[in-house]
Amino acid sequence: MASITLTHIQKTYGLGAKGNTVIQDFSAQIMDGEFVVIVGPSGCGKSTLLRMVAGLEEITKGDISIGNRVVNQVEPSERDIAMVFQNYALYPHMSVFDNMAYGLKIANKPLDEIKARVAKAADILELSHLLQRKPRELSGGQRQRVAMGRAIVRQPQVFLFDEPLSNLDAKLRAQTRLEIQKLHRELGITSLFVTHDQVEAMTLAQRMIVMNGGVMEQFGTPEEVYNRPASTFVASFIGSPPMNLLKHAPDLAEGQILGIRPEHLEISDHGWALKVDTVELLGAERLVHAQFENEAITLRLDASLTAPKIGELFHAKPKEGCIHHFSAETGKRL
Amino acid sequence: MQSFQQSDVFGTTVEWNGIENFASLWRDETYLASFKTTAVFSILVAGLGISLSLLLAFFADRITKGAWCYRTLLILPYAVAPVVAGVLWLFLFSPSVGLAAYMLEKLGIHWNSLLNSEHAMALIVIASVWKQISYNFLFFLAGFQSIPKSLIEAAAIDGASVWKRFWTIQLPLLTPTTFFLLVVNTVYAFFETFGIVDATTKGGPGKDTAILVYKVYFDGFKAMDLGGSAAQSVILMFIVISLTVIQFKYVERKVNY
Amino acid sequence: MIERNRWLTFLTHLVLCIGVIVIVFPIYLALVGATHSSQEMAQSPIPVWFGSEGLTNFKTILMGEGPGVTTQLPVSRMMWVSLVTALCIAFGKITISLLSAFAIVYFQFPFRKTVFWGIFVTLMLPVEVRIVPTYKVIADFGMVNSFAGLTIPLIASATATFLFRQFFLTVPDELTEAAKMDGAKPMRFFWDVLLPLSKTSMAALFVIQFIYGWNQYLWPLLMSTEERMYPIVMGIRSMTAGADSQIQWNLVMSTAILALLPPALVVVLMQKWFIKGLVDTEK
Repeated sequence: MASITLTHIQKTYGLGAKGNTVIQDFSAQIMDGEFVVIVGPSGCGKSTLLRMVAGLEEITKGDISIGNRVVNQVEPSERDIAMVFQNYALYPHMSVFDNMAYGLKIANKPLDEIKARVAKAADILELSHLLQRKPRELSGGQRQRVAMGRAIVRQPQVFLFDEPLSNLDAKLRAQTRLEIQKLHRELGITSLFVTHDQVEAMTLAQRMIVMNGGVMEQFGTPEEVYNRPASTFVASFIGSPPMNLLKHAPDLAEGQILGIRPEHLEISDHGWALKVDTVELLGAERLVHAQFENEAITLRLDASLTAPKIGELFHAKPKEGCIHHFSAETGKRL
Repeated sequence: MQSFQQSDVFGTTVEWNGIENFASLWRDETYLASFKTTAVFSILVAGLGISLSLLLAFFADRITKGAWCYRTLLILPYAVAPVVAGVLWLFLFSPSVGLAAYMLEKLGIHWNSLLNSEHAMALIVIASVWKQISYNFLFFLAGFQSIPKSLIEAAAIDGASVWKRFWTIQLPLLTPTTFFLLVVNTVYAFFETFGIVDATTKGGPGKDTAILVYKVYFDGFKAMDLGGSAAQSVILMFIVISLTVIQFKYVERKVNY
Repeated sequence: MIERNRWLTFLTHLVLCIGVIVIVFPIYLALVGATHSSQEMAQSPIPVWFGSEGLTNFKTILMGEGPGVTTQLPVSRMMWVSLVTALCIAFGKITISLLSAFAIVYFQFPFRKTVFWGIFVTLMLPVEVRIVPTYKVIADFGMVNSFAGLTIPLIASATATFLFRQFFLTVPDELTEAAKMDGAKPMRFFWDVLLPLSKTSMAALFVIQFIYGWNQYLWPLLMSTEERMYPIVMGIRSMTAGADSQIQWNLVMSTAILALLPPALVVVLMQKWFIKGLVDTEK
């Protein structure tokens, strides 16, 4: 177990003027035993960051330390890390047992120890009956668990996850999320988890890094990120449906954007005048999409309340203390 | 359509003098010797051809800069006709003016491929392997590049060094390619090397480098033993068919993971 | 990936350089040999750098006159024979296998599968195996010493048919159905739809077949008894027919260079398609 420290990381592809800088000046400190999720849209640089921690990409500028050791020049095989890949990267010609035992065999561990460790990991992940199968005989979910088993068995200082749930169907994804949470509670190994799915981020993270265009937008707990987003990007990225961001509203100063989450709007007698566009019934909730002073706005209402009809005019009021202000120019929170 | 014309050309005109031809082949010592020569020759050509090209492909896979340049040069022998390849190596090893012969003399080896059967065999093996390396190299390189990068990365993270990764991950995953090349190289050694033999040793000294296909030609067109030559052709045909069938069964089954 | 092993990178380039040197050396030497006079090439050790007789040597062999010529025939004639042979075989093979594959994939006729495998197995046999019977047939037709005799027996091809068959199988059925609905007859479909889609395969196959045709040796050896129908690879062989000490190595090398130049150019210039075709044929 160890902390991970990233100091002024820059990643540039290519040389000189033609270079493409994907990560500008990234710094973060991940505590020993913490589960940190890096979340952001495709292409924001999160996988690149993870791969730099793994040693699979060169670091253009800055330092990465695992524990107290600066690992910039250290090969991946010597960093004492384990990684779960998006496409699992299981060795196709080896059985499940051999896949999980591979790292230990390389390290010349005695056979008894290898057998014991693999058996234990297989037990936790419910793979014990699959140990002699080949990867091609397994389902997606089973392969994913073998990939995790391979990582667990090594008992490394750090776990790295590169969008491991993206290839699973929705139900399996939800199930595996719980399993990952459980594993972290049991093993407590420092983990860095990359995903583009904000639900995964919110449910798994102890702290999360929201990233966009190679820049860290916010680094905080899920509560902080949700309740006090640091920028319009974070505000609209986290939360579904996303936060309403309005350029025009009563009492809104020039050059400011008002943010209000769909669940923080209530129907009232007086307040903002809205005209209903469409209504979506989700089961327990209803989403009302309306127009407010020529801007789109969404409300999330309990399904038991009578819904306004399409084309109808009604009034809504934001809840106390739930209004956010952002600068229209920088997008940052005010 | 066209294929029927082709079948005509092949199928209908095999000269039969009955089983007698085949029987006499079995009794013919030179024929059996030719079998042995061909076997030795193919094992050497296939073995060397595959291992050397594997080595080159492994290193070529590791570089990004200049890969194009190496590859272009390494595939040149593919364009060279076997007979021309034979001529080039004949030149290099010519006892009178060959550069390689000269250097071997300096090392104390009295090189004479005209008189020494082992030297003659070495000459045709070298020329054949030289020509085949490009083909094998391309397939091995494609094989290396078809292994997903994430597998190599996973192995690296699991602690495997470059060498270990080659032995435990890359080589096992190259088994289908290796098997395919084994069959192709054997067929190549059996048949396409005719030009090399004709250009260099002409089956000599004596009959010591007369591989089977060369013997078919020689007996049929030089010694005018048409019956014997035709019978030899039939036997060769069966060999090719079985090799091809093996290859196809394997490819159709496809070693999948 | 981060790799700290400098020595390994050095080794990589070293091995590749040695490999390239060994591979290219004979060709380099041929170039050297082609630029010297016969006296210079008769001494041991032979020179390893270029001489000045290059143009003379090439002129000699191309025109068929000048010092030390052993054949009556100018190499230019032989190159012409090789060129015609190679192009006929390449184009012939591509056309025939395209049509065969088309018939096999798109038409239902009885015993379709047997026919396919029958053709296939027969064609897998390299020409070296069927020399005696094939020769007899061609001789009976009176086609010895002709371009037809040189090319026709080699024109049907298993690998090419197989390649196109595999490719046609990947063309989605919807395309065929859409064409049918648009009122296209089969040949129309073939010409307007399949052919354009097959362009890359055709290019790759062209490289392989051109080289195959140009480098044909055994078959022309039997077919062409008259020197004027010799392809260049045969010409070379007859130049090395003498005793070792009497071979005009400089002229032999010039001829060798000319013999390998066209295929080498085709390979280098069409590298991308060629490699793709080679590897895809077998997958």
